[in-house]
Amino acid sequence: MVDKKNILRVKVSNSIGINVDKCYQCGKCSAGCPVSGNMDFTSSVMMRMIQIGEEIIDKQILRSQTIWVCISCGICLSRCPMEIDIPEIIDYLRQCSLEKKMQNKKSERNIIPFHYSFLNSIKYTGRIYEIGVAVEYKLRTFNFFQDLSLAFYMFIKGKLPLFPNIIKNRKHLSFFFKKYKK
Amino acid sequence: MTQIGFFPGCSLKGTSSEYAQSIFTLSKMVGINLVEIEDWNCCGASTVHNINNKLSVTLPARILTLAKQQKLTEIVAPCAACYNRLCIAQHQLKINKFLRNQLFETFQICIDNNISILNIIQYIEKYIFEKIKEKIIYFFKYPVVCYYGCLLVRPHKILNFDRLEDPQSMDNLMKKIGALPIDWAYKTECCGGGFSVSRTDIVVKLCGEIIKDAINKGAEAIIVACPMCQSNLDTRRSCINNYLHKKTNIPVIYITQAIGLAIGIKKKDLGFKKLFVKPTFI
Repeated sequence: MVDKKNILRVKVSNSIGINVDKCYQCGKCSAGCPVSGNMDFTSSVMMRMIQIGEEIIDKQILRSQTIWVCISCGICLSRCPMEIDIPEIIDYLRQCSLEKKMQNKKSERNIIPFHYSFLNSIKYTGRIYEIGVAVEYKLRTFNFFQDLSLAFYMFIKGKLPLFPNIIKNRKHLSFFFKKYKK
Repeated sequence: MTQIGFFPGCSLKGTSSEYAQSIFTLSKMVGINLVEIEDWNCCGASTVHNINNKLSVTLPARILTLAKQQKLTEIVAPCAACYNRLCIAQHQLKINKFLRNQLFETFQICIDNNISILNIIQYIEKYIFEKIKEKIIYFFKYPVVCYYGCLLVRPHKILNFDRLEDPQSMDNLMKKIGALPIDWAYKTECCGGGFSVSRTDIVVKLCGEIIKDAINKGAEAIIVACPMCQSNLDTRRSCINNYLHKKTNIPVIYITQAIGLAIGIKKKDLGFKKLFVKPTFI
């Protein structure tokens, strides 16, 4: 018998206090979702999968592209008749997937490295240093030629600062990162 | 001179400096002194909540703490993503006592629930419009579509701004400066937000649909209030044109730029030079 505490429906309910059983599969979330075409299964299917509460299916969710291509635009929540906070569930699932090292292989090549590059920029300078984020992203993905001409034009128009905008109290900020390091 | 706190956010310091420029020019005209929150950090915007939930609340909470320490009671966050994150952090700390205590004990973060966070539209409605009403000299007589994007209106329960699916505030402001806002279907559709670099294909597809509908409805400009929407719709235009298989030249203009033009501020002072798609008709 599987330890019931480890299944996602229980974890979602315990950690973020959302009862997934409220979903009755009307499908409005998937219908409104701007990226449902890029997902391997849509948000309403995902809700049903969590409801089932089987470990094998849970793993499928955590390994899916669905949780990473979600842009968190919030249409699903705004149209849900039961007001289930699907973006928050997906945020939680992403973090579960990172904790268990089950990241989706496709998203590991673009979306996830971008998130980390962004986070590192905040960690080291306190604000976003666009060139730093871009360089780190390129190093993480080996995608060296992407957007070079765009970057050039942005630089010419003065939209790409050459130097980072470093904040004074970086200690305070790095303390956050230290505490929240998983 | 009225003093109001100002949280520019990272985009206004770099990729959307024209937005900042137009806001400052407008504010100066009506005698408002925008005081930048000192030593602010990035709010985490569209990214941090994906991989670290607690950090995504702590980062904006630090900004609000700084605002409190600097005795600001009202702050303007022109970037829709920053506005969204600040409001969510304020809400989270209001309802979650445990988190509030934890942040105070470990990081000395203590926010003021009464600080009001204004987005750019609220700021214009509250402080700017009354004072420039008589100064409108060049009516912005163009058919436009107002694009709100996701982050200004959602999640509605927390932000409580305008109508959820069919917001009107920007349309009303545009009407007042003489524009003809068109009713269209993509007002609050997503532009792809933070995927601009990591999943350009998604951004191009979503923005392509937005631009297609704007053109089909006969608009001559898209009016926005979010730097992320603007940069996705504007700087990615060559890819979007490829996606649509036609050359589109509908400009994407910040609402502050449009209002600035109407009251006779020079294009140069509103940062029009920095737009990728030139508004040739103006």
